Amino acid sequence: MAIHVKYFASLRDRLGRAGDELEASAGLTVAGVWAALHPDAPLPPNTLTAVNLDYAELTQAVREGDEVAFFPPVTGG
Amino acid sequence: MRIELRDQPFSPLAELAEYQAELEQRLSGQYGATAIFIGTMRDINEGAAVRGMTLEHYPGMTERQLQRMVEAAFQEWPLLDALVLHRVGALQPNDPIVLIAVWSAHRAEAFAACRFLIEELKSKAPLWKRETLTSGSRWVEHNTAAPD
Repeated sequence: MAIHVKYFASLRDRLGRAGDELEASAGLTVAGVWAALHPDAPLPPNTLTAVNLDYAELTQAVREGDEVAFFPPVTGG
Repeated sequence: MRIELRDQPFSPLAELAEYQAELEQRLSGQYGATAIFIGTMRDINEGAAVRGMTLEHYPGMTERQLQRMVEAAFQEWPLLDALVLHRVGALQPNDPIVLIAVWSAHRAEAFAACRFLIEELKSKAPLWKRETLTSGSRWVEHNTAAPD
């Protein structure tokens, strides 16, 4: 299944790209998406995660076509 | 209800006057309280002079989360209307960042909902500040915790 991955702000800068396209087998979680793309780099502490524009837990399962986002704590307002 | 991201400078008081003129027609005689929060860019942060700032957002998710916050406020309190405007893009010191206005019959719910909305926005809306300093730039790492 195809998963669309996005990174924002300092995390995007650190990774050097705004996103990834992941072709994965079914049954993957949000945490699994990160691990598949960054096998040598644990998810930075305090990273927030979203699936299809809503906040999601790391244990949430992802599905074909989902947009999964990873980003640092928010600083608006 | 109006929730918008703006990529150009805006005047909170002019926006408020324009919105309230329309509201006076629609909710004539119903609201007794209007609570307003305006956030403005400072020129100093964590001991460093800040010359400018860029506000990044997550198109689609930021708008959706702001919408959810306003809906939650309407669930919690008997509100009549709400207005939320937030800047994105390049800002300079003294530029308004955010305007939140809440209308209700009585002051308690207007104050409570306005406070709720700014604290929710600061902790949940996907927006990120990058500050331009005298030399170089830096991401703001986290917002200050909500005061008691």
